[in-house]
Amino acid sequence: MAKAAVIPTRMELKKLKGRLQTARRGHKLLKDKRDELMRQFMDIIRLNKELRTKVEQGLTDAFGSLQVASSIMSPEMLEQALLYPRQSVELDMTFKNIMSVNVPQYKFQTQNTDPSEIYPYGFAQTSGELDDALDNMARVFQDMLELAQIEKTMQLLAEEIEKTRRRVNALEYVMIPELETNIKYITMKLAENENSTKVRLLKVKDMVLQDAHHYQQ
Amino acid sequence: MRPMFKIGVIGGRETVVGFKALGLDTFPVESLEEAKATLRKMTDAGDPSYAIIYVEENLAAGLQSEINRWKDSPTPAIILIPGREGSIGLGQSALKAAVERAIGTNLLGDD
Repeated sequence: MAKAAVIPTRMELKKLKGRLQTARRGHKLLKDKRDELMRQFMDIIRLNKELRTKVEQGLTDAFGSLQVASSIMSPEMLEQALLYPRQSVELDMTFKNIMSVNVPQYKFQTQNTDPSEIYPYGFAQTSGELDDALDNMARVFQDMLELAQIEKTMQLLAEEIEKTRRRVNALEYVMIPELETNIKYITMKLAENENSTKVRLLKVKDMVLQDAHHYQQ
Repeated sequence: MRPMFKIGVIGGRETVVGFKALGLDTFPVESLEEAKATLRKMTDAGDPSYAIIYVEENLAAGLQSEINRWKDSPTPAIILIPGREGSIGLGQSALKAAVERAIGTNLLGDD
């Protein structure tokens, strides 16, 4: 619909035409952005799904072996064995830019690099099952870290896609049609004005001729 | 040198005990209120901040609003993990929600 607020002047027309062109270009760019984001998102979803299944399976196994360990040892002993972790984990985070979305990349560092150092207890009073459980846990942790990265990436991309999609739609279905109708309205109004001026001139000419020469057509 | 970040785990006592040995910061909680308070404390601008927080699934059901608050910011990543009793599918449904949000429809099907 043409808004009543549009003033049918050439200046306004020129301005609107410029805006329409910008809107069209923005629309095209945003559409490309959306498509590329979507493509990346699809890959990430697939990866995320695989990883999640893997992590859930791995954790279930790890908990299972921990359960076995805790059924062999007394709960106090278990608690005591794990009370002071020898290992400590620190996380280094950098950001990667995917289509102007900053997604985190994690790199973790353990203070002890020796893999046998994950057991924070002496072997004398604990069962071998506990070692297995911790081993499982350490293995699944790698995947958990990756899962965290992928899942966060997925969430951030989802947000960006939603935003881009809305912008594309707003441009395509609101901005551009509105600009087009306004331009059409102004063009028609201008043509109409021109017509009426022409008609008025003809009429005046007739009247002038009539006055001067009593000229009849 | 860049500041290092920490990884936290919130869950039932039995769930978190295994993670402790790996050197993660564990927060055993007994109730939903406690979990909520812990999560809030961890996310609200602690100096050595947490970049990843793993939350046990059966707690997460009651923490949705807290978790959603951080969905759109780069840190922290709040990731659901299955508890001792095994997966209850909340983690998978988070994935579906993200897909639905991005595309507007669920492409993955209901498997």
